[in-house]
Amino acid sequence: MAKHPKNSVFPRLQFASDRSLLVTFGGSISRRHHLDVRRLCLLLETDASLAIETVHPAYSSVLVSFDPMKTPPKALEAAIEKMLERIDSVKIPEPRNIEIPVCYDDEFAPDIKDVSIHNKLSVEDVIRIHSSVEYLVYFLGFSPGFPYLGEMPKQIATPRLATPRVSVPAGSVAIGGSQTGVYPIASPGGWRIIGRTPLRLFLPEQNPPVRLSIGDLVTFRAISKNTFYKLAASEQGGNEAWEKKISYEGRVRL
Amino acid sequence: MIKLTTVHIKVQQPGFQTTVQDLGRPGYAQFGVSASGAADRLSLRLGNLLVGNKPGSAALEMTLVGGTFEFEADAVIAITGSDFEPTINGKQAPMWSSLFIYAGDILRFGATKTGARCYCCIHGGVQVPRLLGSASTHIMTELGGWDGRALKKNDVLMYNKSELDSFVPVRLKNEILQSLSAREVLRVTYGPQMDWFTDEALDIFSSSAYRVAEEANRMGLRLTGGTLERKDSKDMLTEGVSLGAIQVPQDGQPIILFVEHQTTGGYPKIANVVSVDIHAIGQLRPRDEVRFKFVSIENALSLLSHQESLINPQSLIPYHG
Repeated sequence: MAKHPKNSVFPRLQFASDRSLLVTFGGSISRRHHLDVRRLCLLLETDASLAIETVHPAYSSVLVSFDPMKTPPKALEAAIEKMLERIDSVKIPEPRNIEIPVCYDDEFAPDIKDVSIHNKLSVEDVIRIHSSVEYLVYFLGFSPGFPYLGEMPKQIATPRLATPRVSVPAGSVAIGGSQTGVYPIASPGGWRIIGRTPLRLFLPEQNPPVRLSIGDLVTFRAISKNTFYKLAASEQGGNEAWEKKISYEGRVRL
Repeated sequence: MIKLTTVHIKVQQPGFQTTVQDLGRPGYAQFGVSASGAADRLSLRLGNLLVGNKPGSAALEMTLVGGTFEFEADAVIAITGSDFEPTINGKQAPMWSSLFIYAGDILRFGATKTGARCYCCIHGGVQVPRLLGSASTHIMTELGGWDGRALKKNDVLMYNKSELDSFVPVRLKNEILQSLSAREVLRVTYGPQMDWFTDEALDIFSSSAYRVAEEANRMGLRLTGGTLERKDSKDMLTEGVSLGAIQVPQDGQPIILFVEHQTTGGYPKIANVVSVDIHAIGQLRPRDEVRFKFVSIENALSLLSHQESLINPQSLIPYHG
């Protein structure tokens, strides 16, 4: 990749602050930009000399935070420019294939009817379409363990709620516009909830504290309510404890 | 081998929003985990310095109105940040110095006379389970600190009893205190989407006064003031966000992203508060006025370097009092 032949604006390096550098590979979401993001992250991971505090990938950019008292900004910029020169040679590990079980039953899917009506489909069609695709985890962000997934079939795209919910239960699978994702922990949310996974996507007792990683290929598999409770019990260590936590009004705690 | 005895602080009154904070858990943004940590890191670090702690020991962060705490056993504490009129057993307690607390003492904080936050650092730190290496509370996601939330009445905090005999009381030198005075002008560097804004917008941003809105918290401070217009209305791709970034949504009103900010964002960023002034954001209250001044990164880092040089034991002097 080096520089695009037609457009020499990218890759662009800018200081986002006095202690962070933003590297941008392009202005659109694409698998190609994603691969550049991954390659740069892999190169940065192996460097111990630059006092880097955080490497934050997104769709087509990487934000690198560093300690400016230890590494002068110009030195960091020069080091990253060098990395960009050899970025094409970086080998990306084979992606992991992760299956996420989802119960799309009414109880867990308060907005699935809206999605079906909006798109002139049956609920079964919505479930079938949503779970027929292999999604790429572009990156994690917004809340702990939250995956930005692509690409969701346009047939089930549905606008966000006009008024977001105060609390969306942990594990909720949702559609927001043309995107889909899973809420790993309870949080406010304006996306349309179409199901729930019994899996824990945020695992604070582990390192890394997340189940999904950047670059994973994710598929959703429809499961019954019974299977949901069985899996939830083994995930959460107790069926009762899990059932107490289900609530759209109150906060769901992990 | 020092024997540690764990003892209690009983929360008689929690205060408006009191949480356990340290210097946060940086390095997990790629997992969507905010760094969190003290809103005024400078005051936290100085408080820890005064009680002989490591810079990142866990302390109590109080907001606007402080709490009332009953100590079960002896402790060495320091009170830093804004003046919440602290008293020990009803008697005025000095700030910016180490203080002896005796078993049974009641430490009480009132409403702020100055800025938004006050810190109570305890020798040995407040003892809470660590999450991803930090004792900090992230209130928005209910993670870390004391059960992921602000303190409530009758909560019981744990700390290690101090041996007062071995402690030399110290206070912060006056000249250091002077350099910590409140800032009404926050220095900023250029944001990544600065060129998305009109010249007029940049002018307004760097010359007019903004007011902190009521909706100001650890996640971000909404500001009201001159509208910042963009050159066009294109959308931005979600990207990583840095602490102190000033983002501008559709309504043209800037928001300063703060310690609990979401790790990614999709609004254009016009500027970023410099590292040396981040602590000052933590002292802004709703309705406070704030202005911005663009500086170069070189300038910003030389100011930071100077501030960092003040946070060391040479800034302390013994006192009897």
